[in-house]
Amino acid sequence: MAAAKPRVAVHKFSSCDGCQLAFLNMGEDLLQLASAVELVHFIEAGLVAEDASVDIAFVEGSISTPDDHARIQNIRDHCQYLVTIGACATSGGIQALRNMNDAKAWTEAIYAQPEYINSLDKVSPIKEHVKVDLELWGCPVSSQQIIHAVRDLLLGVLPAVENDKLCMECKRNANVCVMVTKGQPCVGAMTRGGCGAICPHMGRDCYGCYGPAENPNPDALATHLQGLGMLPGSVARRLLFIHSAAPELNSTGVSWQGMEEGTSE
Amino acid sequence: MTTHNIKIRVPALARVEGEGALVVDVHEGEITHLQLRIYEPPRYFEKFLEGREYTDIPEIVARICGICPVAYQMSAVQAIESIFDVQVSQWVEDMRRVMYCGEWIQSHSLHIHMLAAPDFLGFNSITEMAKKYPAEVQRGLRLQSIGNKLIALFGGRSVHPVGVRAGGFHHAPNVDEVTKLLKEIDSAVDEAADLLRWTGSLSLPDIEQSTVYVALRNETQYAINDGRIMSNTDVDLAASEYTNRFSECHVPHSTALHATLDGKPYLVGPLARMNLNFSELPENVQTILAEIGIRFPCHNMFYSIIARAAELMAALLEAQRLLGDYKPETPYVDVSPKAGVGYGCTEAPRGILWHRYELDDNGRIVEARIVPPTSQNQARIEEDLRYSLTEFGLDKDEQDLRLHGEKVIRNYDPCISCATHFLKLELNRQGYSEQAINALSERLTAGDTITILGVGSPVHGDTLGQEVIALLKKQGVFDNNTNVRLKSLERPGMNVVEEIRQAKCLLIIDAMQGDTTHDGVVIVRGNELVGEASVSGSHELGVADAISLADSLGLDTENVLIIGMLKGDKAAWSNSDVEHVVNRLEALVAKIQS
Repeated sequence: MAAAKPRVAVHKFSSCDGCQLAFLNMGEDLLQLASAVELVHFIEAGLVAEDASVDIAFVEGSISTPDDHARIQNIRDHCQYLVTIGACATSGGIQALRNMNDAKAWTEAIYAQPEYINSLDKVSPIKEHVKVDLELWGCPVSSQQIIHAVRDLLLGVLPAVENDKLCMECKRNANVCVMVTKGQPCVGAMTRGGCGAICPHMGRDCYGCYGPAENPNPDALATHLQGLGMLPGSVARRLLFIHSAAPELNSTGVSWQGMEEGTSE
Repeated sequence: MTTHNIKIRVPALARVEGEGALVVDVHEGEITHLQLRIYEPPRYFEKFLEGREYTDIPEIVARICGICPVAYQMSAVQAIESIFDVQVSQWVEDMRRVMYCGEWIQSHSLHIHMLAAPDFLGFNSITEMAKKYPAEVQRGLRLQSIGNKLIALFGGRSVHPVGVRAGGFHHAPNVDEVTKLLKEIDSAVDEAADLLRWTGSLSLPDIEQSTVYVALRNETQYAINDGRIMSNTDVDLAASEYTNRFSECHVPHSTALHATLDGKPYLVGPLARMNLNFSELPENVQTILAEIGIRFPCHNMFYSIIARAAELMAALLEAQRLLGDYKPETPYVDVSPKAGVGYGCTEAPRGILWHRYELDDNGRIVEARIVPPTSQNQARIEEDLRYSLTEFGLDKDEQDLRLHGEKVIRNYDPCISCATHFLKLELNRQGYSEQAINALSERLTAGDTITILGVGSPVHGDTLGQEVIALLKKQGVFDNNTNVRLKSLERPGMNVVEEIRQAKCLLIIDAMQGDTTHDGVVIVRGNELVGEASVSGSHELGVADAISLADSLGLDTENVLIIGMLKGDKAAWSNSDVEHVVNRLEALVAKIQS
């Protein structure tokens, strides 16, 4: 008797849908994946079973409304292994930039009838609400990251996650360092690899979309960026970007933001 | 007096919060209220941008949509370059067009194969469809992957690509990469043609409706990232003039803003583009469309899937042409920031995407405004749903109505975050339905008498029933209709039960209390009132009580309709109230007898 296929769900919260495309852009690998596992819930692919019990739940997006909070708890209750995919789910993502501002005033500026907009004061990553078993970083995550995670889980081993700095991957790919040779404000030195070092490969600076690496040193990097001629406010914005809510980056970024305010006329 | 609303709530196909839902109120066979609710939580992109450097714009706006990041980057750099007075090279313009073609191919293929085709062929998902149509699905996935590779050629990856900058690209691909991809494109052209023919063979609903089509137009080529904003009416605007005619408003039920043209709905996207720019399509695409037998302009929204396949093929041919003699060139011109206001408008896969930025001297953003295609199509989708659901038949089973609603919405390919495969339908049918009328007329044979019974009480001023009967007699409305009998009852009581026993078809006129309807008239089937107790009616035995009693006595209450008028705070009935009910009755009788 063949063993039952593992059941997989893909859920979405506040996001751009780009990480779910890591599944849909797999090409023919998608059909292979669909034969290796049972895809139970994946709205973007037309499968709807929000409350079904599954072995692996992939979660895209961040929590930004009271309903979201209840939903993620329900998902946690119905899955064995919860994997966040992408920046929004893992650190809060780009929309967490609103946490440092008055989102309520923004709502009033954008919407004519702000009373109809129901959102929490803060955008937060999934791990602030439920236990997360595995985090796949990246904005967006790649198909390879998903395939590796599923394969490792199918084999019964703990998935290996890239924690190293992007600089390591960049060197392995034999890219020329854009910071050393062009003085670009590259943040690869504090950023996790796994993207293929595509930015330095194109001769441009990494802007940190894969999130903080293991043991990052954003303070030293920020000082170095200032040494390249950047003003404190620009340094702060460099740190507070795709992963502004990640604690490793947030405190340094906020302190540089304070320096900008201190120096402004 | 009777109070009755029929409310049918269809539970969601699945409990998916934070997404889309459709609310439809039906009153007497007509849609009185329809809303497509979009719950995607607000993400405040226009506000994040404020205070940041212009160099961050392409990276930030890409993240509005993972399915069309290139469109966001292209509209953005166009606006920035206009502020900085930068003229990019022909090479950059051509290569941007190639990259944009990649996004059209990717997005259209995703839509056709993952969302639309399973619909038309009766599958729930692409994986299900792959079992029956393996060759078609694999062809679709191959085409989608070519689109992704074209984006990645210039952007390093297909979602949130990193290659676009103000002034051009960060990097020019090398010849080897291009040659390799070009080979794949060459062998995919026939597949794209087959796909187009295949979409032409699908059985699609045949419903035409007229609307205003808006797209970029350019006399020299099928417009993607350049052209004026045009329509099939009189619109002819530069991007900077967009707000002269187009405006956005916030509707309470949605977090997406609704854009309108002179206050009216309009369509953007593939069908609008094909209708305006058909003559600029490559000749072999035009030939295949002629073979399939579809003429443009085309007014059937369901043909959007064919329009997408045609554009997919056109985009593939464009990429083939523009990469045919590829040589890398200097990928960008240097830009230097200056203050100003700039506009960008390009054709995202789903329609025109408009950006406006105000920058300061250092190139930092003072203000940003973005109007995406989906918010432009919102009002049009609601207009279409009103029409298409009515045509489809509002008395159909809720499940069928929901599925049809989903199909209608899917023609617009709203960004997936804006709902579709999991549409919640909230259907409130109020008053009589077409079905009730049809059921009633089926039960009657020619020559059966319809009794119109006015009930009321001289005290409490509850005299509507009698007044209506008096006016019907005075005007002689049914004088020539021998099958209509008019009767007035003061203090109806048990007499109503007797009428139910005798009549083949009984229309009871009475005053009512209840929620307001659009014209104050409520029509309810008798059998739906069984079990409803009348609330302190002015009659000794209320109409609802009489019907419940008749039902207990084993009498048939399905041939009874109660036509009520809501009294509200009125002290007495006005002549126009009475005339209104008389007019409605005349139409109702004609319908029942037809």
